[in-house]
Amino acid sequence: MEFQVWDFPGQIDIFDNPNFTFDMDAIFGEIGALIWVIDAQDDYLEAVARLNTTILHLQRSYPHINIEVFIHKVDGLSDDYRLDIQRDVTIRIQDELSDQGIENAPVNFHLTSIYNHSIFEAFSKVIQKLIPRLGQLEAMLTNLCRTCRFEKAYLFDVNTKIYIATDSTPADMASYEICSDYVDVIIDFTEVYGSWPRSQQWRDRLEAEPWCQPLEDQVACEWAESGMVLADARRPIMLREVDRFLALVAIMKEGSYDKMPQINMNVDVVVKGLTEFFEITKPKEAVVGAGVVGAGGGAGTSGAGPGNGATTGAGRMVTPGVVQG
Amino acid sequence: MSDLETTSAPSAAPSAGESGPPAAHTQLKKVKKQKVLLMGKSGSGKSSMRSIIFSNYLARDTRRLGATIDIDLSHVKFLGNLTLNLWDCGGQEAFMENYLSQQRAHVFSNVGVLIYVFDIESRDVERDLATYVNIISALVQYSREAKVFVLIHKMDLVQPITREDVFDQRAALVRRKTAEAVAIMHKAKPELQQQQRLPTHPRMTSPTLEPDIDLQLFATSIWDQSLYKAWASIIHDLVPNLAVIETQLASLGVAIDADEILLFERTSFLVVSKWASREGDRNPYGDRFERMSNILKSWKHTCSKYTGTPRNAEQFSDFEYKMGTTFSMFATKFTTNTYILVCMPPGEARFNSAKLNVAAARTWFKFLDGPAVPAAASIPGAGGVMSSPHMIAGTPSTYAADWRMAAPSD
Repeated sequence: MEFQVWDFPGQIDIFDNPNFTFDMDAIFGEIGALIWVIDAQDDYLEAVARLNTTILHLQRSYPHINIEVFIHKVDGLSDDYRLDIQRDVTIRIQDELSDQGIENAPVNFHLTSIYNHSIFEAFSKVIQKLIPRLGQLEAMLTNLCRTCRFEKAYLFDVNTKIYIATDSTPADMASYEICSDYVDVIIDFTEVYGSWPRSQQWRDRLEAEPWCQPLEDQVACEWAESGMVLADARRPIMLREVDRFLALVAIMKEGSYDKMPQINMNVDVVVKGLTEFFEITKPKEAVVGAGVVGAGGGAGTSGAGPGNGATTGAGRMVTPGVVQG
Repeated sequence: MSDLETTSAPSAAPSAGESGPPAAHTQLKKVKKQKVLLMGKSGSGKSSMRSIIFSNYLARDTRRLGATIDIDLSHVKFLGNLTLNLWDCGGQEAFMENYLSQQRAHVFSNVGVLIYVFDIESRDVERDLATYVNIISALVQYSREAKVFVLIHKMDLVQPITREDVFDQRAALVRRKTAEAVAIMHKAKPELQQQQRLPTHPRMTSPTLEPDIDLQLFATSIWDQSLYKAWASIIHDLVPNLAVIETQLASLGVAIDADEILLFERTSFLVVSKWASREGDRNPYGDRFERMSNILKSWKHTCSKYTGTPRNAEQFSDFEYKMGTTFSMFATKFTTNTYILVCMPPGEARFNSAKLNVAAARTWFKFLDGPAVPAAASIPGAGGVMSSPHMIAGTPSTYAADWRMAAPSD
């Protein structure tokens, strides 16, 4: 999936500019979301007013565009004050919109700061709204969480550390933070130990006696997989790469580290499901864009895990092959 | 598992002879105290540095620290039989004068290491150096054997292109001043120097006027890993029986077929000892040890935020990472005071047996943790370790098959 980000200069009013005329269709015709950043530490009244005119313009011609308002630089402000500002901005915008007779406009508000993970979280939510059939992805993760008793699972875009999907339990900042930092740790390790080529002798030695197997057959998983147990033996974290760009990171429940083999098997199935999912959605992108509700949703794999009593419920793992259409 | 451990004991016994008499072990295990002086001008960043290394502060948290008043004493337990007495000396001039006059003997006697911090941004270089010379003189007077580490700090404030030149220039200056200070001391009080030396080194009676002080310089900054590099080499020089640790680590590495092994101290996550195979040595990242410290430390910080445990508490006990056909690695809590990080070639079977072998090797490294064990019941030989690892590593395929089968059925 590809996204383009267009960064607009803030000082130019694109709707009413005497010097340039902008090609509205070229700008807004294809976009999915508009992110509007407001400086919370500044006098934001003017910004809100301009946002209002922008929303009004967009609502008339391109009602499908999600409008995401980032109330930015909230790090210096107290919690109460942040909420006050958010409320104030929300009311101002909603009032203006209902005065103009527009109800239920897709406007969302996020409090963000670059000094913590809130900006990533906000971007994640924006991106998620643009992903076709996000529901199926979420259902897959939810299913995985239920069967393996995960506390929380995220599907990360490795490069940006934006999560494109999570399971249905309420997302909390803490688990997102630890998962995204975990991705960071893995990236760092990979850079140091995985980014330089090994010599041929090294490989020859490893494939010789007593192993007698090509290196590819000696490993279980072609992509990165990793796990970590926190010191209090609670909540292990696991990570599995789906492909070069995506990684599944999950926080597990107490004591589940002993059941890693079963969990790995289930994760295998989900990863396979995810891969198929992305293969299916990719060529149909164009069709979805044209407003046709695609009929080929999730991945129709149903894998039977090791069906026995060790992990309750970890037996049969059915990835959501549900197709509604 | 259990039979492996029992078989190991008798086979290791004969090797005990060649590694030296048990007396050597009792000596190895004596509690060692090292007095470490941390000095430098006020505001040069001594306390920030200390908090980052030993109290797990993040770099940005250090701006909360106020000025150190007088001397801040802290004891850091390091690898069981080594305790660091860290004297963080407030750097304001009034204090400095005090150290050099009234408290001179108290502060400068029995010093193991002096860490002197220079602020690269300082305006008054001449004055800094003058204080430094005074300190060195006092040190030479009371603790001849002390090692001196000079950290040129806040290097992040210097433009990256000129950084190396600036450092070289300053380093040369400091070296010259040190030599001068030592030479002056020799001239001023030759009798004192003789007295000091005579009892310990009787054969060094002819006083050499060479500056024989052990000086090392580092460029540091709290915002990158250079700080860890400097401290790791400071620590490296302090750790007792390092040679033993290194040989043990090497034989472990060979036994489990690893590419690289790093041994970290638990609280500071500084690299205490390392070993690399020939292939591991080809790693182009020369700064990887500092980097690992840095990465793991900030990871620890994230964990403590997540679990709500104090910063200094242990944060993780096991970590494994398999990167397809490139490499696999694991880090685990090793002895009470150390973590081990093993980087190895890919392969499930190899990986799992290495994990078990490292667990089995734990007993051989127990001596890292403390003086408590009586000599007789302790380590079977310092050099001739690791017979049990060979046991598992020798039969990789069957072992792996066992593991695969065991997993789904339990």
